[in-house]
Amino acid sequence: MPQIELAGKTYEVDEDGFLQELDKWNKEFAQAYAKNEGIEGQLTEEHWKIINYLRDYFQKFGIAPMIRKLVKDNGIDMKRLYELFPTGPAKGACKLAGLSKPTGCV
Amino acid sequence: MAKSDTPLLDQLGGGKWPSFIDDMKQAAKKKPMAKDLLGQLELSYKEKIGHWKHGGIVGVKGYGGGVIGRYSDCPEKFPNVQAFHTLRVNHPTGWFYKTEALRNLCDVWDKHGSGLTNLHGSTGDIILLGTTTDHLQECFDDLSAKGFDLGGSGSALRTPSACVGPGRCEWACIDSLDTCYNITMSYQDEIHRPMFPYKFKIKVAACPNDCVASIARSDLAIIGTWKGDIPIDQKEVAAYAAAGLDIQKEVCNLCPTRCMVYNGRELKIYDEDCTRCMHCINLMPKALRPGPEKGATLLIGGKAPIVEGALLSWVIVPFMKLEPPYTELKDLIMKIIDWWSETARSRERIGELIKRVGMRTFLRAVGLPALPQMVKSPRTNPYVFFWPEDIKQKEVK
Ligand code: SF4
Ligand code: SF4
Repeated sequence: MPQIELAGKTYEVDEDGFLQELDKWNKEFAQAYAKNEGIEGQLTEEHWKIINYLRDYFQKFGIAPMIRKLVKDNGIDMKRLYELFPTGPAKGACKLAGLSKPTGCV
Repeated sequence: MAKSDTPLLDQLGGGKWPSFIDDMKQAAKKKPMAKDLLGQLELSYKEKIGHWKHGGIVGVKGYGGGVIGRYSDCPEKFPNVQAFHTLRVNHPTGWFYKTEALRNLCDVWDKHGSGLTNLHGSTGDIILLGTTTDHLQECFDDLSAKGFDLGGSGSALRTPSACVGPGRCEWACIDSLDTCYNITMSYQDEIHRPMFPYKFKIKVAACPNDCVASIARSDLAIIGTWKGDIPIDQKEVAAYAAAGLDIQKEVCNLCPTRCMVYNGRELKIYDEDCTRCMHCINLMPKALRPGPEKGATLLIGGKAPIVEGALLSWVIVPFMKLEPPYTELKDLIMKIIDWWSETARSRERIGELIKRVGMRTFLRAVGLPALPQMVKSPRTNPYVFFWPEDIKQKEVK
């Protein structure tokens, strides 16, 4: 299992960089990992809103929400979502939120 | 002679026809990735099990799709295919290329990937097989510089595709190329940034021959058709007969609705019974041609058998004029997609959703009238389309 080092701590991730031990997630992890997903500087309130929403949803339902739901519930459009998370909601946002890898059809 | 590392694959290469194995072996001479791919495939044949893990999530900036992550489940044996991602590249409409474009593609792919391509995958796209995560962004940048873009993947609008249509076919009824290009350019967001319940495919065929198999392989099929009678040139009919075509046997008897009569001299078509299948026109293109008014039939719900079984699509608009800027078509597409996105369960294709909630619910939601052409199995139960309030109860005395 690959490991990454962020802000002085080591985390186990899968080959795509998704956190394996979900309970190890913390804010520092998200912040330190942001650069890797194309986000420069500090995570903003807008980022945290999405990240927290994803974590809440995941804790409740055990899966990541459908993107349409994410967009609607947060009153945000796709364009803004990709501005916030350039690598996209499934890859970027879920990864920073420490969710396990979303499964979907290719 | 040295013993082959891939005896099972060698058998595939041994037949009469060219095999992908030969291509892969050729690539293996210069690419370790292709060599390990052969090794892993041989192992898969031997053990009768696939050795790819399912579902990686990798991508390029600004896009939520277009790259399919693949990882080997035995990287210790085949380190060069530890990561072997696929890129889907939007093909040019109708699959027309200049050789220069193909060379550009291959150059980019030799630089960034395994060199192995698959033109064209069943989605229609150009498939570039096998690269590593660190090459993705650069490869995409290089492709963009050469005028290519990624196609759709995941729960998004998939790369729209179209038959060559008027590019080659005299009896094309609509400009499939322009329609497809227009749709592609109009829905860039829906292609690159997945936000649907599941995949959605649009295919455009310019005549009922349906060379892109849109009726079976797309959620929305747009098929060129005509209104009015099939014009007949009796002189040319006679010429076909003189040249040895058995018109009765080959043309009339194989007309699906048996609406043609040939008396040995003249051909007659009862156009009111013609389903515009193209069969007779295909056989006698000089004598017969599509009728004067051209447009498209729209069908919904076709899909291959994953999750639920395979579905053939179902007529929803018997005839629509199809001219730029395609406003009527695009308004309808958006209504359909909105309703589906609101109503569907996760990973439910539109055909499955319509099956679940009923055609009449779909028609009401997108504002289409119920028409006789929509009856899927004629003479079964036409009342399926009526709402209770449509059927006025008569008081029984
Ligand atoms: S569907 Fe018709 S127009 Fe299109 S390629 Fe086939 S024969 Fe030609
Ligand atoms: S187009 Fe098809 S249905 Fe119509 S007359 Fe020709 S063969 Fe018959």
